Amino acid sequence: MTDATLSPGKAVAAVKRPTGASIGPRWTNALFIAPYMVFYLALLVYPLFKGIWMSMLESDMFDDTSKFTGLANYYRLFNDKIFIGTIWNTVLFVLMTVPVFVAIGLLLALALNRSDRTSASLRAIFFGTSVLSVTIVTIIWKMMYMPGNGAIASIMRLFGLEPIAFITSSSLALPAIAVTTIWWIIGLPMMLFLAALQQIPGELYEAAALDNASRWRSFWSITLPSIRRTMLVVVIYEIVAQFQLFGQAQLLTQGGPNNASRPIVLFIYEQGFRSWNLGYAAAASEVLFLIMAVAALAQFFASRKRVEG
Amino acid sequence: MSSIELDSVSKRFGSVEVISELSLTIHSGEFIAFLGPSGCGKSTLLRMIAGLETVNGGEIRIGGERVDHLPPGARGVAMVFQHYALYPHMTVFDNLAFGLKNIGTPHDEIARRIEEAARILEIGHLLQRKPGQLSGGQRQRVAIGRALVKDPKAYLFDEPLSNLDAALRVRTRVELARLHQQTRATTIFVTHDQVEAMTLASRIVVMNARKVEQVGTPMDIYGRPATEFVARFVGSPAMNFLPVTIRDRAGLATAVLGDGSTIDTAVPLDILPTGDLRVGIRAEAIHVRPDGAVPGKVEVVERLGDRTHLHIRLMDGNTLVAEDKGVSQVQPGDTVPLAVEGATAHLFDDAGLAYHARQ
Repeated sequence: MTDATLSPGKAVAAVKRPTGASIGPRWTNALFIAPYMVFYLALLVYPLFKGIWMSMLESDMFDDTSKFTGLANYYRLFNDKIFIGTIWNTVLFVLMTVPVFVAIGLLLALALNRSDRTSASLRAIFFGTSVLSVTIVTIIWKMMYMPGNGAIASIMRLFGLEPIAFITSSSLALPAIAVTTIWWIIGLPMMLFLAALQQIPGELYEAAALDNASRWRSFWSITLPSIRRTMLVVVIYEIVAQFQLFGQAQLLTQGGPNNASRPIVLFIYEQGFRSWNLGYAAAASEVLFLIMAVAALAQFFASRKRVEG
Repeated sequence: MSSIELDSVSKRFGSVEVISELSLTIHSGEFIAFLGPSGCGKSTLLRMIAGLETVNGGEIRIGGERVDHLPPGARGVAMVFQHYALYPHMTVFDNLAFGLKNIGTPHDEIARRIEEAARILEIGHLLQRKPGQLSGGQRQRVAIGRALVKDPKAYLFDEPLSNLDAALRVRTRVELARLHQQTRATTIFVTHDQVEAMTLASRIVVMNARKVEQVGTPMDIYGRPATEFVARFVGSPAMNFLPVTIRDRAGLATAVLGDGSTIDTAVPLDILPTGDLRVGIRAEAIHVRPDGAVPGKVEVVERLGDRTHLHIRLMDGNTLVAEDKGVSQVQPGDTVPLAVEGATAHLFDDAGLAYHARQ
């Protein structure tokens, strides 16, 4: 009824698209991501560039002066045998832990992918260690590794063997830290794999059983392809996480003996907060950042190629 | 092709018995449907034949050979799953080839069989695609193809049409019927849809509450339902049931309704038990006719185009559904005279057992 009395001007206004349904840029929509962007820029992007800048300065923390030195810090780093050693240690540590996280995480998930009460309790137990703080974990494992009256030493003596001093041996210190780390946080990869396994429809395995597939064939042709994405997530996450090894090494071995278990982050910490060489520490951080980015990207592209191929 | 024999098979889940002492013979080349509501045990029975569920008692024989202790793959049957269960990471070709590769079929034989199946099912152009790139109907064909290439002793279908839209379901139904005519393969088809069972099967096994209610041809099931459950479950709209008293009419039963009107059935009096009885009449046997003997008031008119269903309340308060022609003049609220074809009426006792006219 009222339509008939509308003036021409109002009629034009009436056919205009209702607000909110328009197509094209509408900059007020950016407000939706503004809260995230604020934190992203302030806490990630700014520190990243600040870090790069700092790595080119030689700062003096005492009189708060700094002077631009270009790539001098980097030049010094790559001639620093201790730093090169920490890179090697960290890469070694990543190689020791990440494949084990994938393998044992998947094995545990396969074994505990059942709905009975035993499996549920075991899942909770295996995940339970992840909630412990690094301090507790290292205390537990120090008690395991102690050559005098440690748990492992006692067991070895029970069998008439000479106890091994794990954390004071230059060849065993890093593996000992790796074992501690795996024991500590194997729960997360296990849970991720469990979640992925539970997404696989049971009918697929039934169809495979009718197709005469052996258990191994089912695993290879159905389970593995179905959890490929999760495996990529676990690998990348663990690479990024294990490159940042710090607490366990600091508390178990202090990087020793003779730098044999000193990881990059511990080096950065000591340079930055013990010796107050902020520029030098920042340069080491940038190197670590690059290594992690390259490792994760390489893994990502390798997996994507396989998924597509 | 092989026959399938179930010899008093039982199945328990914990303390719950889901199949008890069930015996059934499925002849070679037969298309048999297991029909029943959800939870009646029909899928469990199919999965027991396939080897996906253990058997707690009795024997299953396929082609005379006892199989209930064999793993699924060794039984020589192929199954089409409700959700198709295609391997999502393999191409259609690899999906079809998977089972054949696992038993070491030579490559050229695999290629030949897949080509043949692809030709029959018209999926040749899809062989290099992955299941995620197919429509529901195409996936269905691939699932059937995966069964076809195995050249199995029997085909097992577990509600294969329930995930398709209505139009595709009807088309696939016809294609399945055609496929069975070509292959003459022993087939078991599980469904809760009576139309699928009626149209496809040469015999239907109607199941309810973990037991077999009736085994018979579709027309047997429809025309001479053994129990009240079968009579209600098969046919749409469901059969009408009215409480009656019985009068003798030269050895045949005349059913007297609550309002005194009568239906002359062809059920012999001597087979009837004593006790309360109900008459069962299908809607298509009740028409609006000027000479109709049973008066009733129309409450709801359902127009289906080719025919009209009338929901009617009788004088004694009971309700029934009658059928009228497509262009019906009847309106809700009308009082109409109903003529009942007593010859096709059945009588049911308290326990739900049916009594029919002599054949």
